Amino acid sequence: MSENKIHHAPEGLPAVQMQGVHKWYGEFHVLKNINLDVARGERIVICGPSGSGKSTMIRCINRLEEHQKGHIVVDGTELTNDVKNIEIIRREVGMVFQHFNLFPHLTVLENCTLAPIWVRKMPRAEAEEIAMHYLEKVRIPDQANKYPGQLSGGQQQRVAIARSLCMSPRIMLFDEPTSALDPEMIKEVLDTMIELAETGMTMLVVTHEMGFAKTVADRVVFMDGGEIIEVNEPHEFFNNPQHERSQLFLSQILQH
Amino acid sequence: MSDASSEKAPAAASFWRDPEKRAWLFQVLVVAVVLALFGYIFQNTLHNLEKRGISTGFAFLNNEAGFGVLMSLIPYDETYTFGRTFLVGLLNTLLVSAIGIVFATLFGFIIGVARLSSNWIISRLAALYIEIFRNLPLLLQILFWYFAILPLLPHPRQSIELGEAVFLNKRGMYLPAPITESGFGWVLAALGVAIVASVFIARWARHRQDTTGQTFPVFWTSLGLIVFLPWLAFGITGFPLSWEYPELRGFNFRGGITVIPELFALALALSIYTAAYIAEIVRSGIQSVSHGQTEAAYALGLKPGQTLRLVIIPQAMRVIIPQLTSQYLNLTKNSSLAPAIGYPDLVALFAGTTLNQTGQAVEIIGITMGVYLTISLSISAFMNWYNKRMALVER
Ligand SMILES: Nc1ncnc2c1ncn2[C@@H]1O[C@H](COP(=O)(O)OP(=O)(O)OP(=O)(O)O)[C@@H](O)[C@H]1O
Ligand SMILES: [Mg+2]
Repeated sequence: MSENKIHHAPEGLPAVQMQGVHKWYGEFHVLKNINLDVARGERIVICGPSGSGKSTMIRCINRLEEHQKGHIVVDGTELTNDVKNIEIIRREVGMVFQHFNLFPHLTVLENCTLAPIWVRKMPRAEAEEIAMHYLEKVRIPDQANKYPGQLSGGQQQRVAIARSLCMSPRIMLFDEPTSALDPEMIKEVLDTMIELAETGMTMLVVTHEMGFAKTVADRVVFMDGGEIIEVNEPHEFFNNPQHERSQLFLSQILQH
Repeated sequence: MSDASSEKAPAAASFWRDPEKRAWLFQVLVVAVVLALFGYIFQNTLHNLEKRGISTGFAFLNNEAGFGVLMSLIPYDETYTFGRTFLVGLLNTLLVSAIGIVFATLFGFIIGVARLSSNWIISRLAALYIEIFRNLPLLLQILFWYFAILPLLPHPRQSIELGEAVFLNKRGMYLPAPITESGFGWVLAALGVAIVASVFIARWARHRQDTTGQTFPVFWTSLGLIVFLPWLAFGITGFPLSWEYPELRGFNFRGGITVIPELFALALALSIYTAAYIAEIVRSGIQSVSHGQTEAAYALGLKPGQTLRLVIIPQAMRVIIPQLTSQYLNLTKNSSLAPAIGYPDLVALFAGTTLNQTGQAVEIIGITMGVYLTISLSISAFMNWYNKRMALVER
């Protein structure tokens, strides 16, 4: 997608490093000793039963949730309480949500230019040019002056993807981007994500779309009960899961 | 459209079956019935008044009133006309409403935000305030402040003081009065210049950001200008403003501005009561913006302040403003409880004393209703305009 926007990291430096990460909600131990390194350009699909901590884990990467123990290093910057670090990381990490979370009071174009203008301090004309570029990539340039409420779910999710890309992120997080969509719209969003993957973007995707995992993922991470149970390449994971819980999960979702 | 009209139109439905024509007919009928009803009532009233020998018309407005009032913003004594009494009452109503609106908004926003505080005690206290003041009848609250609390204040000699300038006692509140001398016009002019300059700076900053991306601290610059320029003019013209401080003479204060206890109690009760509603409006307005909006803004790298200003407040205001206007409307209408404690508002002076003296009930009640109706309709006209302008575009 963005041919020139991917910066390749110094050799050996992972895009995301999580070491011994723990998180509690009060008494409830929601993330237990998470260890995961994501290489630059790598596509990770995260799956697991509901409530297993998938969302919580990826939301820790851009500090929408705070971890209480362990280290998270994103693009060479460690996430601490330092507001400066959080700012740097959020600028480099894009996120797409299950419910799109577009700003309803702004047009599609304004949704896309808001952060470049206020965070990247970009002139409006340049921000608009970039926004139109990405709106073309997700194939909705003609909707630029509409409001989010006037678009279909699939279109809204594609706008959300374009909005994130306008900040030229180096890492993209997706939290169940297709699970709020009607079946006929899922494909258009998945296609957009596949095209994004082809550009070499580092992606962490929480999804139950196993077809997407098979085509795109470099590795599949299976979580249950707040732990990473299995990390495997997709072919192995789907045909020869190593753990009983992975097998159970796969047998359940394959029934549908 | 032009193509369509050249084609043959579908056969017209008969008059009775065409919903548009039917609706039109019903509207005409309703208007006719209403007009007839009003005409009948009007005729009947005139007839009855005539029979009882009561003169009609508005000539009484030019008669001498013959009574004094407790408080007036314009020169007034018993030799002025009833027309002047009306004006005094109207101004007093507008005054107490304006004071009430300012303080209700101020308290309301503070308490509404406090209600959302993550500090348990603060949020509980705010909730308590809201529940208490929303659930007690307003008339009772007015009586409470006037008859129960104000008399507990000290005598003039032991007044509660604020920097030897503001005094509060059971006879009311006393404030210093500004006295302008020649040259003060320059200060006002400087203020005007500063405001105009701020507008231009805001435009210029917007333009610069659009073209170069650089942001400019518009708020702080404007604030600086608006504070600094008038002070500069003030200094250059040799401080052409003095204050007349209230002074204790004999048993009470003289000089300065006197806020009579009736005004103080009424404004306080109206502010505190309406603030409870405004607090709820502010809370629900902010909460109506889903947390996902904040998360999306944070994920894009916007800072908390920017998120509040660019994402949360514009959405919350759409919910808050219309309800806020209707609270302002309620407050203005509620100020007509003034006669309960003897504050000389429009209802007390005009629909009360003037009516008793002249007996022109129909005209006086009519005019008074007309005034409240005019205020209310102007506020709701504004509200409709605002809603139309700000409504979120949906599919
Ligand atoms: N703010 C919160 N406070 C308390 N518990 C929470 C909070 N958010 C999530 N949880 C709990 O943490 C656990 C993990 O939640 P999370 O949203 O990460 O799961 P998930 O794997 O994304 O599930 P799903 O597939 O349903 O989205 C769940 O049991 C959830 O109830
Ligand atoms: Mg989830």
